[in-house]
Amino acid sequence: MIPTAFEYRRAGSVAEALSLLQEGGPEAKLLAGGHSLIPMMKQRLAEPGLLIDIGGLDELRGIQETDGEIAIGAAMTHAEIAASDLLREQAPIVAETAAAIGDAQVRSRGTIGGSLAHADPGADLPAVMVALDATIALLGPNGERKVQAEDFFQDILTVDLGEDEIVTGVCFQACRSAAYAKLEQRASKFALVGVAAALTLDGGTCSSARVAVTGASSHAQRLSGVEGALAGASLPDGAASASAGAGDALDFVNEDLHGSEEYRRAMTAVFARRAIEAAAGRG
Amino acid sequence: MTSVDGPVLPKLIGERVKRREDPRLIQGQATYVDDIKLPGMLHLAFKRSDIAHGVIKSIDTSAAAAIEGVELVITGAELAEHLGPMPIGTPFPAPDHFSVATDKVRYVGEPVAVVVAEDRYIARDAADAIEVEYDELPAVVDPEAAMEAGSATLHEGFERNIAVESYWGGTGVNPETAQPEDDSAVDAAFAEADVVVSQRMMNQRLAPNAMEPRGVVAHYEPGREYLTVWSATQNPHILRTLVAAMMGLGEHQVRAVAPEVGGGFGCKINIYGEEYTAAALSRLVKAPVKWIEDRTEAFLTTTHGRDLLGYIDLAAKSDGTITGLKARIIADIGAYEVLLTAMIPTLTGLMMNGVYRLPVVRHELTEVFTNKTPTDAYRGAGRPEGLYFLERAVDMVARELDMDPAEVRRKNFVPADEFPFATQGGLVYDSGNYEPCLDKALEVADWQGMLAERDAARAEGRIVGVGLSFYVEVCGLGPSAVVPTGGWEHSGVTVERGGKVTATTGASPHGQGNETTFAQMLADHFSIPFEDITILHGDTGVVKQGIGTFGSRSQAVGGAALISAAGKAGDKMKQFAAAMMTDQEVSPEDLVFEDGRIQVEGAPEVSKTFAEVADFAYVPVPLPAGMEPGVSEESFFEPENNTYPFGCHISMVEVDRETGETKLLKLIAVDDCGNVINPLIVEGQVHGGLAQGIGQAMFEEVVYDEDGQPVTASFMDYVMPRAADLPVFELDRTVTPTPINPLGAKGVGEAGTIGSTPCVINAAVDALAPFGVTHIEMPLRPERMWRLINEGGQS
Ligand SMILES: Cc1cc2nc3c(=O)[nH]c(=O)nc-3n(C[C@H](O)[C@H](O)[C@H](O)COP(=O)(O)OP(=O)(O)OC[C@H]3O[C@@H](n4cnc5c(N)ncnc54)[C@H](O)[C@@H]3O)c2cc1C
Repeated sequence: MIPTAFEYRRAGSVAEALSLLQEGGPEAKLLAGGHSLIPMMKQRLAEPGLLIDIGGLDELRGIQETDGEIAIGAAMTHAEIAASDLLREQAPIVAETAAAIGDAQVRSRGTIGGSLAHADPGADLPAVMVALDATIALLGPNGERKVQAEDFFQDILTVDLGEDEIVTGVCFQACRSAAYAKLEQRASKFALVGVAAALTLDGGTCSSARVAVTGASSHAQRLSGVEGALAGASLPDGAASASAGAGDALDFVNEDLHGSEEYRRAMTAVFARRAIEAAAGRG
Repeated sequence: MTSVDGPVLPKLIGERVKRREDPRLIQGQATYVDDIKLPGMLHLAFKRSDIAHGVIKSIDTSAAAAIEGVELVITGAELAEHLGPMPIGTPFPAPDHFSVATDKVRYVGEPVAVVVAEDRYIARDAADAIEVEYDELPAVVDPEAAMEAGSATLHEGFERNIAVESYWGGTGVNPETAQPEDDSAVDAAFAEADVVVSQRMMNQRLAPNAMEPRGVVAHYEPGREYLTVWSATQNPHILRTLVAAMMGLGEHQVRAVAPEVGGGFGCKINIYGEEYTAAALSRLVKAPVKWIEDRTEAFLTTTHGRDLLGYIDLAAKSDGTITGLKARIIADIGAYEVLLTAMIPTLTGLMMNGVYRLPVVRHELTEVFTNKTPTDAYRGAGRPEGLYFLERAVDMVARELDMDPAEVRRKNFVPADEFPFATQGGLVYDSGNYEPCLDKALEVADWQGMLAERDAARAEGRIVGVGLSFYVEVCGLGPSAVVPTGGWEHSGVTVERGGKVTATTGASPHGQGNETTFAQMLADHFSIPFEDITILHGDTGVVKQGIGTFGSRSQAVGGAALISAAGKAGDKMKQFAAAMMTDQEVSPEDLVFEDGRIQVEGAPEVSKTFAEVADFAYVPVPLPAGMEPGVSEESFFEPENNTYPFGCHISMVEVDRETGETKLLKLIAVDDCGNVINPLIVEGQVHGGLAQGIGQAMFEEVVYDEDGQPVTASFMDYVMPRAADLPVFELDRTVTPTPINPLGAKGVGEAGTIGSTPCVINAAVDALAPFGVTHIEMPLRPERMWRLINEGGQS
């Protein structure tokens, strides 16, 4: 609970943060809400020599909609996202998921950029971003780079993000018929299994779907079997059969005190169905 | 003559007076150990074992000692030159246990070396820089396997890792031979029974998790040869006694202070190695030293609770009459015996009599060492375990006989006219009246309505169950014959100038609200305003004597001492008042306290104000013959027995068929703790206890892997109950006063943890009964429930 010594710098701009990152090299770490990084530092699982605080940067803030595309700045907190009328209207899945993260303290400090960059296997927002086919915007010494969410999340705590890059925000198409359902790990409230489903509906029929799971495996990923089975399915009735095999199709499944592999596979199917039903209910 | 128009003071005993402690606690204005900062104070950090079992081969402290700001690095073997093995408070044989391990480590988290440094950060860096090499030994994790020949052993001289073995049964124990007198009666009862239920049940290991972790500041002043220790403890006087002994000092050379203490739940009864170490190192480095436990250390090194495995058999007739109980209990006590470790599981057997007439009992207890954190008292301490085993078994009898669980219990109650009631184990229940309490609980809960609601829910395909439990527990610990520290409590009452009152109590509160309840009692006693009274506690320099707060004793024993001291102070006030009114020929026996006056009973005009008399007491001119000036009295109260509160808890749960998640829908608790001084505080104690009892049933468990590594050492994995997990509790009470103390109050601090746990599990088993489930182990993990729904049987 006592971190090693570190230097703390508050960046005045994204450009300054980038140059501090370069100067600091491998010793340097960005600090946003601190709710993943600081607990690790207290346990001495992370021992950065330099913290560059980007939490308050205006450039990383804001939630906007332009021509049906919604952009969220990396430093927006879970609480701000949960309270956004724009999101509640146009992408309720995002606001609802943010509202179900951890507890009030965590939501008041934790940011979407931090959550995506950290990529905890049980983090909620990564699955939602994959289901919404979001684009993650990165800024580095060589300029901007955009990565699709499904390519961004690569493995446990591993993302396509250079040590000298900053996540600046995410953007995705507005989508009402999407929902997220999770089974909480009872101590941490992270997802033991969480599934996000984004549907394109034609009356009661699903014309196409993107479905992603978190918690069950090393990182957020698509459930392509479920997506395939949903194409042309009539909903909500078809949700159960479309999601029945969801868990079995996963290559790697986490296992711990809170849930065995078998249980997580079974719950993947249950929560896929629940997410699809909820999304269909919004169509 | 005094005017008689003054305020009329309402009686406060029995009123919902708000806790006077709370404003400072919730506004950050209270002083905890970590708030104590002394000039020149240094900081400790402990290097702790990261393996469960091993011989220390070497400790290299050179890198640590070289860090700037490090005063001293000392290993366990070096510290042992200053501190002997730690004392325990039970009569059982115990292996040596040093504050810091000297040659072998026996659990993850056991200290092996200590750093003293300028600040906490440097101390921690230096502790990390200490290199320890071990010869690892096989970890002993399963208590049953630990007893098998061929298992690795923790301690020399404790074959098969057995710490304590005890056996009693039949119709009593022959004191000469210590053998059961008529054990054959037990076998006969089981042979003749119409129904026998047998169940292996686990009462899992729990971490107490006080909101404030432990902490200590020790300051040895060589010039005065005087040691002051501030510690987050439940019992500063015991701390003083033991630290003095360990330091080779007399009690007159040690002052122990428990400032504000943020919860204890039993884990702050023990006096820990860190406390002795801080005292010894302060003397060694000639500076005050501080150590504050962090949350990881709290999980690893603060004593755990429970961890009892029970093999329980209960025999009954077909009409539900219980005819015999057999209990074989294996207590996994962890790596060492600390203050009360070995005693706690013995309470389990004693309390397994419950509220029933049990014709015959056989009780076998084995306490076993394993490579885990030592256990000690945890809220309820022995009673939750015993009542859980018993109340699960009684429920199984009801299910076997297809009887209403309430009626099976009613049938076997000790009748009201049989109190005081002697149990098979030799306890004497002071008072009890169980049937009205059961009836009230059934009525408050609408038991028949709940059964109908359950059946209707089942008809809809929902998984719903109801459960009931009836407990009796032991409080007010409680006489000196059974408490190694002494079972009395002490109090002092001083009437100050101006008629204000300062009282002290040795019952050192850490959340119990004694400052409020004790002031209520004194306000009524002297008929003075509540605001005119201060209750001081938690400082051996202020409170002359004391034992402490545990075993739900502060009201029943501490409160009784207070009233006794108040009686003496009141007598003296009346003598002074009578002396002031000699012209009116008043004798002290005629006087009563009434609305701030000391007056002739029924004649308010013949009176002096309480304040006038107090002022006179300190300038007594002329001094009444035979009297000393001033009013400052004290009392020791020695209870002649414990008290035995009881109660009935009822609950309803619903299980999600797809996920196995269990939701507690209702919890009704009707408790009888005798007379109630403050219902608000009693309900608060019950609420907290219920949350912890429900926590055990549904959420909490300390888990070790097969190498003895803890896997639940943070709140990210150890599931604490949260407000949102709990329903709105429905509370009520019956009142059966105790004859043991003048207050008639029994104690209520632990009740909630005792009744609720079996009640919730009984409801969960009822919910899954349609799936062929007969028993469910705690906690109610979703996966466990999901498997039972899909596979049936037992977990
Ligand atoms: C008790 C508790 C419960 C929680 N429960 C949940 C839950 O239920 N669901 C859930 O999803 N999460 C949960 N979390 C995690 C929480 O959402 C975190 O806040 C989040 O994962 C990280 O965001 P942050 O802003 O706090 O990041 P930080 O902790 O500040 O940073 C995390 C990592 O991301 C990097 N980083 C941060 N911002 C950027 C950026 N813009 N660009 C590049 N790298 C960056 C940092 O360098 C660091 O490596 C919980 C956390 C706690 C403490």
